[in-house]
Amino acid sequence: MKSSRFDATVLTLGFAFLYIPIIILVVYSFNASRLVTVWGGFSLHWYQTMWSNEGLMDAAWVTARVGVISATIGTVLGTLAALTLVRFSRFPGRMLFSGMIYAPLVMPEVITGLSMLLLFVAVGVDRGFWTVIIAHTTFTMCYVAIVVQSRLLTFDRSLEEAALDLGCPPVKTFFTITLPLIFPAVVAGWMLAFTLSLDDLVISSFTTGPGATTLPIKIYSQVRLGVTPEINAICTILIGLVTIGVIIASISTKRAELRRQQDEHLAVGRGAT
Amino acid sequence: MAAVSEARSDENASPFRWLVVVLPYVWLLLFFVAPFLIILKISLSDTAISQPPYTPLFQGFGALSDFLAQLDFENYLFLTDDPLYIQSYLSSLRIAFISTVLLLLIGYPIALAMARAPLAIRPTLVMLVILPFWTSFLIRVYAWIGILKPDGLLTLLLHSIGLLGPEDQVQIFRTDYAVFVGIVYSYLPFMVLPLYSALEKMDNSLIEAANDLGCPPLKAFWRITFPLSLPGVIAGSMICFIPITGEFVIPDLLGGADTLMIGKTLWTEFFGNRDWPLASSVAVILLIMLVVPIMIFQNQQKKVA
Amino acid sequence: MAKTLGPVKRKFSPWTDPSAVPFIRFENITKRFGDFTAVDNLTLDIYEREFFSLLGPSGCGKTTLMRMLAGFEEPTEGRILLQGKDISGVPPYRRPTNMMFQSYALFPHMTVEKNIAFGLQQDKLPKGEIAARVEEMLKLVKLEQFAKRKPNQLSGGQRQRVALARSLAKRPQVLLLDEPLGALDKKLREETQFELMDIQHTLGLTFLIVTHDQEEAMTVSDRIAVMDKGVIVQVATPAEIYEAPNSRYVADFIGDINIFEGTVTTTESALGAPGKVTIDCDGIAVAVEQGCQAVSGDKVAFAVRPEKVRISPDQPADTSVNAVHGEVWDIGYLGDFSVFLVKLADDRIVRAAQANVSRLVDRPITFGDMVWLHWPLDAGLVLTR
Repeated sequence: MKSSRFDATVLTLGFAFLYIPIIILVVYSFNASRLVTVWGGFSLHWYQTMWSNEGLMDAAWVTARVGVISATIGTVLGTLAALTLVRFSRFPGRMLFSGMIYAPLVMPEVITGLSMLLLFVAVGVDRGFWTVIIAHTTFTMCYVAIVVQSRLLTFDRSLEEAALDLGCPPVKTFFTITLPLIFPAVVAGWMLAFTLSLDDLVISSFTTGPGATTLPIKIYSQVRLGVTPEINAICTILIGLVTIGVIIASISTKRAELRRQQDEHLAVGRGAT
Repeated sequence: MAAVSEARSDENASPFRWLVVVLPYVWLLLFFVAPFLIILKISLSDTAISQPPYTPLFQGFGALSDFLAQLDFENYLFLTDDPLYIQSYLSSLRIAFISTVLLLLIGYPIALAMARAPLAIRPTLVMLVILPFWTSFLIRVYAWIGILKPDGLLTLLLHSIGLLGPEDQVQIFRTDYAVFVGIVYSYLPFMVLPLYSALEKMDNSLIEAANDLGCPPLKAFWRITFPLSLPGVIAGSMICFIPITGEFVIPDLLGGADTLMIGKTLWTEFFGNRDWPLASSVAVILLIMLVVPIMIFQNQQKKVA
Repeated sequence: MAKTLGPVKRKFSPWTDPSAVPFIRFENITKRFGDFTAVDNLTLDIYEREFFSLLGPSGCGKTTLMRMLAGFEEPTEGRILLQGKDISGVPPYRRPTNMMFQSYALFPHMTVEKNIAFGLQQDKLPKGEIAARVEEMLKLVKLEQFAKRKPNQLSGGQRQRVALARSLAKRPQVLLLDEPLGALDKKLREETQFELMDIQHTLGLTFLIVTHDQEEAMTVSDRIAVMDKGVIVQVATPAEIYEAPNSRYVADFIGDINIFEGTVTTTESALGAPGKVTIDCDGIAVAVEQGCQAVSGDKVAFAVRPEKVRISPDQPADTSVNAVHGEVWDIGYLGDFSVFLVKLADDRIVRAAQANVSRLVDRPITFGDMVWLHWPLDAGLVLTR
């Protein structure tokens, strides 16, 4: 099995490359010394400074609110967009519509950001909290649309037809049958949207205004001045939050999978009557 | 019957149903398409001294003829005059191209190894690839600064194993090399995942059949595995190439003063020089350059869907 | 003719009564999907309490026709009357029909109980009544102990029953069944066919079933409509469809049959009246005592089912029967039957089936034997379409 040893080596090196920088960053957030290259012993000093840094904390609060609001609007719009993509085969401008869904996924952020900014200036809106939310909603809804679309493509439409057939009107059918069944994908879409919003620097920089400095903007402006352990500390907290989220998500999918297998055993066990 | 039952009609449409289409449609028209039209318009207008720094955009629909008369390509001509811009474009394309090739060379073996791994551990491997993607882009780029700095951890490591003299330092930070490292690191999940999903779908019995018919493993890879994974190669390359071309954060934080990338140039033009019309024309040309790759990407996506 | 043919399941034939009012009427229905015409100017009457089958290959329009009755599709042209009322434009959730889906379409996030109750809840029935009706339905399909299970905790056969119970719970005027047994294995399918007939009989409902399985259609139906390319080729009882197909298509689609193209040489009686017709099938003269819608010189087809063709080593004594001579080319042993493929002098193949009545036959006829095939005058058919 020469190829399997090769594969193991490749995977080890690949994952080392992906994870070592992050691990180093986390480790140095607990460094007592200010210098990156010198290990001055374990300390939570930088977490304290971070905590008392009002600018940083304000930015974190802005980011959290932007993330929740834009991810929520983006998930609603993205789910509707996914329904449109999958369920409406013919309507005027369908080509344009699917183009508008896919293009933002690869569009360089500087272009999206600049064009958004120019729109806000053109209509004379003051930039700030809500312009950032509009911008984030616009690009995150496309990601949500893709995630929900792939679930809808495998959705058995006869389930909806069965509900209609049994006397359930269309809107009620959507809420009692369709939505509960695609909900895991909608939640996944929301999480993706939230994370993307949390991450975004470029589009936020273009569309933000006074009083709406997001965490990435704050981090970026400090990073330009050099590496500070304080930034390591806040990065570590963000990484920790994401890791916990991903672990919870993967445990719950594992549970669901286990339950499904048990159900199948039950179905086969009792056999056909 | 399949063809027939798929062709369901939407005749039960209620007005409410159309809301499903109209809401996201209008949103995207307003906040995605309209901005592009504005950018196009501004790129064709004069730099004005007033605030905001361009001549007023649109004064009613009656002014359409005025608008056409006002059009001028001055900003675009300026772009061709100053070698900075042409060099930025070319350099962006060069960096994006080299990075994409590097990503393919590094990502393909990883994706292949994942696809050949035992079924039980594959979901874990996929999760491990996705996990860094969930952590902030900015954080991941930032992590490399501490490593690549002249007095950073890489120098320290090379000192300690004696590969570098005690007085020498690794001179990668603030060069194109650091930019390549940052790009490959940041975009690797985007390359690996499409490749993996193309490779994973492949039936292993195809390789067995090829071997059975007398084709040795390496040749079987080139004749069977690689051609069948091409959709993944194209998707992965486009997903990486397009945004890399307009990348700003990585060249700004890891690159040097001589690292020219159009995203950085645009940023400087906009935030530094506050020349909005020029920044707009820079963006328009960047977009035109990316039209072909974007079309390829969309076609690929449609085939998958 | 209906009276003389086949075993009659029950005395029920409203379609022969000119004064009977159809329960469902498809009137000049056309359905197009873009350029594709799924159903083409089709007219069909179905009567109350009838067990009616739409039979045909995939793509023949049978499912589309059913979906139009359920309200999932609207006809491009024509109208559908239910109890004399035009139901065009009535959405599926307001039609008194219920459907059992091919995939069963059980709601995976609801228990068996909740699935069955779903339709009743839509009608806002009182809770007690819903519970009673669910109970009754569970009993009907013998699934009382599975009420709290989710669909994915059931076997295929059990899911099928839940789907049936769910579609029956609202006591629809018409139950539509889309390939209801397609996903079951053969043995279970046969059992379930009889159960379906039982339930239909007990509840006294009208059943409309879509199937591509001719045996299924033959077993369960009062009448069958054989469809092809969006039109109905023949509507008749199972026995008529089998014994008196009206076209080459129906004859070929249902069961096994020998078909030879030929020309009418003589007719003894007027058009359509019973009487002897002789046909020349490229050198073989055959006679049929059936009468037909053809005059001498017309191109027709002669058809005879294999089980009606006898096989013997000697020339039949009765010279009035049809007989051909040939060589046994292949024998297919099917257990209950053996099928003999006999090659005539001009290389045409004729199939004859013989019941294996005794267990140990020392086979009088084997490969390469020269044999006679013969069949009486009333065994064959003349097909003009």
